Amino acid sequence: MMWEGLSALLLFAGALLGLAGAMGLHRFPDFYTRLHALGMTDSLCAFLVLAGLALQEGLTLASLKLGLIFGFLFFTNPTSSYALGHAARQAGLPPMETKHD
Amino acid sequence: MLLIVVIALILLTLALALARALLGPSLFDRILAVNMAGTKSVLLIALFAAWSGRMDLLDIALLYSLLNFLAVVAALRLIERGKHFAYLDKEEQ
Repeated sequence: MMWEGLSALLLFAGALLGLAGAMGLHRFPDFYTRLHALGMTDSLCAFLVLAGLALQEGLTLASLKLGLIFGFLFFTNPTSSYALGHAARQAGLPPMETKHD
Repeated sequence: MLLIVVIALILLTLALALARALLGPSLFDRILAVNMAGTKSVLLIALFAAWSGRMDLLDIALLYSLLNFLAVVAALRLIERGKHFAYLDKEEQ
């Protein structure tokens, strides 16, 4: 019984974190801040949801595949966030200056 | 029942990400939103595989996460090299 509760908790935490990331995508004023919001929540939301699913499966081939998916996302998400920020900076997208009043 | 609620929440984040893709001011906001939509759809496929009980759908989720990463990198490479997609008011040397 404890495993179902734990996997439900993980799944809900992942879904809510994804929602937080999506809201951050809309509330932040500038591209670089949105990149910040996206980069963090995506990897952790993927981990929580996939770990929640793997708990429901137990030790089967499916949970190995879920681990593989997370392993891949764990390495490529930061890389793509870096590539996005670097390309935006190279293309000359101006970061938002804070107004020192 | 639990999976249905989680699928609905992830669908909501997918919709928010696509909304950002539509109204994103700069080109990079759109690529950012497409990247987020991609990882969220990977999670959706995994959740649907668990909900429908057919766990061989996880290969599709793995493949789609590969494709999503390649799509982002290819789009950025096109912007760097291509002359027509660069940031709008940056005059071409």
